[in-house]
Amino acid sequence: MIQVVLPAHLRSLAGIKGDVELEVDGPVTRHSILDALEARYPMLRGTIRDHVEGQRRPMLRFFACGEDVTHESSDAPLPEAVAAGTEPFFIIGAIAGG
Amino acid sequence: MSNVRVLVGTRKGAFILTSDGKREKWDVSGPHFAGWEMYHIKGSPVDPNRIYASQTSGWFGQIIQRSDDGGKTWFQPGTPAGEPTTSPDGMPKGESNKFVYDTSAETGKPLTTHQFYDGTPKPWEFKRVWHLEPSLDEPDVVYAGIEDAALFRSTNGGQTWSELSGLRGHGTGAQWQPGAGGMCLHTIILDPKNRERIYIAISAAGAFRTDDGGATWKPINQGLRSQYIPDPTAEVGHCVHHVAMHPAKSDVLFMQKHWDVMRSDDAGDSWHEISGNLPTDFGFVIDVHAHEPETIYVVPIKSDSEHYPLDGQLRVYRSRTGGNEWEALTKGLPQENCYVNVLRDAMAVDSLDSCGVYFGTTGGQVYASPDAGDTWAPIVRDLPPVLSVEVQTLT
Repeated sequence: MIQVVLPAHLRSLAGIKGDVELEVDGPVTRHSILDALEARYPMLRGTIRDHVEGQRRPMLRFFACGEDVTHESSDAPLPEAVAAGTEPFFIIGAIAGG
Repeated sequence: MSNVRVLVGTRKGAFILTSDGKREKWDVSGPHFAGWEMYHIKGSPVDPNRIYASQTSGWFGQIIQRSDDGGKTWFQPGTPAGEPTTSPDGMPKGESNKFVYDTSAETGKPLTTHQFYDGTPKPWEFKRVWHLEPSLDEPDVVYAGIEDAALFRSTNGGQTWSELSGLRGHGTGAQWQPGAGGMCLHTIILDPKNRERIYIAISAAGAFRTDDGGATWKPINQGLRSQYIPDPTAEVGHCVHHVAMHPAKSDVLFMQKHWDVMRSDDAGDSWHEISGNLPTDFGFVIDVHAHEPETIYVVPIKSDSEHYPLDGQLRVYRSRTGGNEWEALTKGLPQENCYVNVLRDAMAVDSLDSCGVYFGTTGGQVYASPDAGDTWAPIVRDLPPVLSVEVQTLT
C-alpha cells in the first residue's frame, strides 16, 4: 500500500483523518499515485492538478524519501521505499505567513 | 415571526449569523470551511435552504459547495455526502469544481487573450469564482461570475458548469483588462420582470447586458467617465465596482464605480452621476432599500490608494432621493481610528417591514441596522476579513 501525506486543507476537504493508503496499479509514479488518489477521493480532482491541463498547481510540491521530486517527470518511477509503502509520498503546500 | 440569516464569506472561512425579526440577539455558526477563502455564499430565492458557496484557495483552486438544509451541512454537488464517489460507469465525480472556458467556434467566438495590466495580451486563465447568483425561479439553476472574467451557468444544482460564452465573444473581450483585484466578473443581476435580461459587471471592463437569456451581450457603459484610461469615455475599460437594482424598478440601476456613484434609468443604456454631496465618491459597495426603490446606500472610501474611510470615521451614506442628496449615518459606527475597508459584495439588505441593512469590513466586523440605517450595532467584531455578506429573510 502506498502512503500519501496530504496538506491539512485537503484532508478536511476529503474528510480524511490521518494519512492515506492507496493501491496503485502498475509502476508507482507521481502520475499513478495522483490518479489513484483522485479516483478514491473525487473531491480532490482539480485541487492538486488543474482540471484542464492536468498541470500541478504552482504552490504545491512533491517529496519522496527526503528528495524534492516536484520537477521530475510525472511518469518517472518513485523510490522503491515509496513503492513498497515504507516511506510516504508527500504533497506539500508552499509555506504561507509572514 | 420572520427570521434573518446572514451569510458571511471571509478570508478564512464562512460564518452564518441568525436572528429573529428584532435583530437584536444573534447566533453565530462557523467557521465553515475553516482556513479557506470563502468568496461568496448565497441562497436560492425560491428555496432558502438551498445555499451555494464559493470556496477557493491559492494553493488548491476552486471548490463549489452546496447546502440543502440552510447551511447546517454541506457537500460538493458532484459528490453528495454518503453517495458513491464514482458514477455508475466508473468515472470520478468532482465535476462541480470544473470551469472550462468555451472555445468552440460556434458558441464562443473563442478568445485567446485579454489585456494584462501593461496592455500586453494575456491568455485567459481560470482562477476562482467571485460571485454565485441563484436563479429567481429554479433552485438547480445558478450563475457563477469568475476570474478571469466570464459567466458560467449550472442547471443541475452546481454539479456541472458551462460558459455563457457570448459575453466574452461579443467583440470587446480582447480589450478587457484586470483591476487591482484581478479581472473578475463580480456582479450578476437577474431581472425579475424580464427573465431574458441579465446584467453583469467586470473589473475593469464595465457593465454588460443580455436581453436573450445570455446568448448575446452588449456593453452598457455610455455616460461613464474614467480618467485613468486613455479614452475616459471608452466603450469598455471602466472599473465598475458594484451595481445594484430594486426588483420593483428593474430598469433603474445604481453603480459604485471606482470613482463616481452613477445611475441609469434606462436599463444601463445611459448613465449619469449622482455623487452629489458625498465627501468622496470612491467606494466599493452600493445597495438599495428593500421597500423604497429610491433609497440607496454607499460607504465612501477615501481614495483608490487609501482604502479606508475618511478621517477614520466609518460612515454609511444614504440617499432617499435616488442619489445626489446624501446623509451620513453614524449612530453605532466607529467615529475615530477606524481604517477598515468594505469590499464590493459585502453589503446586503433584508426584506422585513423595517428594512435591515448589513455590511462587513476587512477588519472582521459585521454591522447590522434594523431600521434602514438609522442605528447600527456589530453582530460580530472579530472575524477574519469579510469578503461578502448576503441576507436571507425567512418566513
